[in-house]
Amino acid sequence: MGKDLLLLTLISLPLIGAAINGVFGKRMPKFFVGTLATLMVFTSFLLGLTLFRGLDKTTIVHLFQVAKFDDFTLDANFQLDSLSIWMTLIITGIGSLIHLFSMGYMSHDEGYHKFFTYLNLFIFSMLLLVLGSNYFVLFFGWEGVGICSYLLIGFHYNDAEKGIANSLAARKAFIMNRIGDVGLLFALFMMLNKFHTLEFVEIGKMITASPELYTGIACAITLCLFLAATGKSAQIPLFTWLPDAMAGPTPVSALIHAATMVTAGIYLIVRSNFLFELAPTTKDIILVIGIATTVVAAFIAMRQNDIKKVLAYSTVSQLGLMFVALGMGAYTVALFHVTTHAFFKALLFLGSGSVIHAMSDEQDIRKMGGLSKLTPITHITFLIGTLAIAGFPFLSGFFSKDEILAHAWMSSPVIYGFLMIAVTMTAIYMFRLYFLVFHGSFRGGEKLKSHVHESGLSMTIPLMVLAVLSVFGGILNLPGIVFHNAGHWMSHFLESTTYGLNQIETEHMDGNQSIILMCIASVVALSVMTWAYITYVKKQAVAKEDADMNAWEKLSSNKLYIDELYQTIFVQPILWLSTTLASQFEQRVLNNGIFRLTSAIEASGNYTRKWQSGFLSSYLFWMVMGIIGFISYYIIKSTFWN
Amino acid sequence: MEQLNNIGASLDFYIFVSIALFSIGAIGVLTRKNMIVLLMCIELMLNAVNLLLVTFSTFFGNGEAQIFVFFIIVVAAAEATIGLSILIMAYRNSKSIDIEMFNKLNG
Amino acid sequence: MISVILGSLTIASGLMVVLSKHPIRSVIYLVITFFFISAMYILMNAQFLAIVNMIVYAGAIMVLFLFVLMLLNLNKEMEPETTRMSLFTAVIAGGTLFLVMITALRDTFQYGKGYVQVPVQDAGLVEQLGKLLFSKYLVPFEISSILFIAAMVGAVLLAKREKQIID
Repeated sequence: MGKDLLLLTLISLPLIGAAINGVFGKRMPKFFVGTLATLMVFTSFLLGLTLFRGLDKTTIVHLFQVAKFDDFTLDANFQLDSLSIWMTLIITGIGSLIHLFSMGYMSHDEGYHKFFTYLNLFIFSMLLLVLGSNYFVLFFGWEGVGICSYLLIGFHYNDAEKGIANSLAARKAFIMNRIGDVGLLFALFMMLNKFHTLEFVEIGKMITASPELYTGIACAITLCLFLAATGKSAQIPLFTWLPDAMAGPTPVSALIHAATMVTAGIYLIVRSNFLFELAPTTKDIILVIGIATTVVAAFIAMRQNDIKKVLAYSTVSQLGLMFVALGMGAYTVALFHVTTHAFFKALLFLGSGSVIHAMSDEQDIRKMGGLSKLTPITHITFLIGTLAIAGFPFLSGFFSKDEILAHAWMSSPVIYGFLMIAVTMTAIYMFRLYFLVFHGSFRGGEKLKSHVHESGLSMTIPLMVLAVLSVFGGILNLPGIVFHNAGHWMSHFLESTTYGLNQIETEHMDGNQSIILMCIASVVALSVMTWAYITYVKKQAVAKEDADMNAWEKLSSNKLYIDELYQTIFVQPILWLSTTLASQFEQRVLNNGIFRLTSAIEASGNYTRKWQSGFLSSYLFWMVMGIIGFISYYIIKSTFWN
Repeated sequence: MEQLNNIGASLDFYIFVSIALFSIGAIGVLTRKNMIVLLMCIELMLNAVNLLLVTFSTFFGNGEAQIFVFFIIVVAAAEATIGLSILIMAYRNSKSIDIEMFNKLNG
Repeated sequence: MISVILGSLTIASGLMVVLSKHPIRSVIYLVITFFFISAMYILMNAQFLAIVNMIVYAGAIMVLFLFVLMLLNLNKEMEPETTRMSLFTAVIAGGTLFLVMITALRDTFQYGKGYVQVPVQDAGLVEQLGKLLFSKYLVPFEISSILFIAAMVGAVLLAKREKQIID
């Protein structure tokens, strides 16, 4: 098979899976539905591996022309280069593991086939997003993942206990994402206006040819693109939807809201690197927003008591870290963190899913504890995930964070200081979570304890695979102190064929400074771990009740009151406006104006319908009258106007 | 010497006759309530048109108008057949051939 | 002169079609009208159409009308009444139509000063019409046979004795 055919097969397989499951899923046995969906994604992964091995240059695959206008065309094109194939591998690889996990996790659910339809559809949309060779296809994928995210957050839309809370969370995510999408749409319009094309490579070439022409517009475009990225990747000010999105089933949180979809914003910026390189102002804004997000989210995560909320805020914080890297122009570093984050955050979410499954859908960590003996495999893998995200030496998260910290140190010690605060807080909340869940004594009561059990193989295998990846993921991009040849393999790979990235000079740090920074990070991680062990295991400290908290803890526990703030600033005025309009405007203008108009029309119709008497002779009479009228008209016309 | 044919009357007269026949047919369609007579009046109007066509055909020495008349006769025959069979069916259902009885399609 | 008499008779018998109370008489007057019209065709050297008009109209169609009338067996009471008002409006409308059409064709009358002398030509003869019909107008001619088939099938289907409910 040629490369293009291989690529198209890769993209269409999940769509075929979604179609089959969507149409016939209800009548097929559950095992078949799950296996089909998983196999589709896994086959895509294998095809992706084949393409990855054969990758030598940027290839554009033309599928068909969508629309043709005077000065531009919209094409369904796909682009094969190191960036897109790397994202494809992450999406399909992690995706197939999570599909496998879902087969066990969702086994008792009624909407089993629906769930796998949505998941496959999501994978398809995500592949469109990362494989498209122009912003048009990317936009399609962007909206596709948005709708899948919406559907999956509100998957249990008629939950018996929570009522419509899930639907409200889905709605919130949807609206927040739409705000960002407006930015993307405007960026597209501006690009069409300026470049008359949406192809990445062509825009890149135009900019490289004469950069000075485009500095102004690049700033506007990149700001719009960044607005889109803040929506999709949950950055300040649009980040509040992501914690609420945890209403969805846990595999969804792992796949969409941790590993893949939320990194679409980062992908977008890396893909548009040539534009961002022209707009230093935007990059500074990204840097500031990234730092603010990572610190704020880490702060909130420290006093959350819902196991998934902690991980959600942790995701926001880690995404902020990636944006910091983007703001410093270290695109490959950001992608390295995307990769390792996909490994360990998917692992943590699946681990939490396994815990929730074991605890019969209990998510409050105050009711857990001592699960290490009851669920040994989940415990070990969750520990590995915790160590990886906390930056324990030589695990994957250590290397990727270290790269970002090193770039921060090189650009400014202040940024480094802020990031170290965030990293420390990350270690604190992750170890707090880990110790509260897996150590100490069980706090959920004897009845619940008797139900706790280790999950089945389909759930533990993905956990183990992801744990291995979390441990060794750092090998992809070693700092290059020890192994000079193997160092920065992933950066070099991404730079090899991605347009724009291959023209940016990447600085790498010299040995001594790098080693010092690594040591600091290791010391922080280890000391926090020790502190957390003493606090939560030796002293048996449990998360406090609301009344006992001091001001800072309350602030963290209440998520900095950001939801309330948005409620007051945006939601209440709009609600007030609509209720006022409904009671005043509608009553007065619509009822008195439009309804009167309709009744007048109705009355006239009632009158004129009597003309249709049903008597043939009266029709004929009017017909003859019409003929007479016509002929008279022409007679008069020819007599007087000739 | 050119051979000439007297068609017997002026062109005006033939036009006058055909228009008069047409108007008589129209009056018949408007006044008569019997559906069969109605159909006959329509035939009368068609014949008035035929007469006009033939007159002009002769006047201009062009035979194609007469082909037209031929096709009009064809269509009239088909129309009469269908009209009469509809009439029979209507009569069977309502035992009447009064056109005023069939006003079910009023507004 | 003969054509003026013919024309007057045509109009008179056409009027009788409308005015006679009984449908059978209307049919008879209509047949007479058609004969007069055919006579005028012969005067205008359109022999083929004269024959066709007599065979198809006076022969076939009018016989069909008569046949239907006999089939329905209408008696005097069933003849619908024409109201005075409708007669009045119809005559007004028809008269206006007549006057308006005469006015519309007034430009044509400049050709018709006195008797019209036209060159003898054989446009209306069977040979000429046949040549035209089977060369230039062959396709419409053949298609008209399809029209007849459709009309025949429709007539049979409609008049089939079966319980059909309209209202």
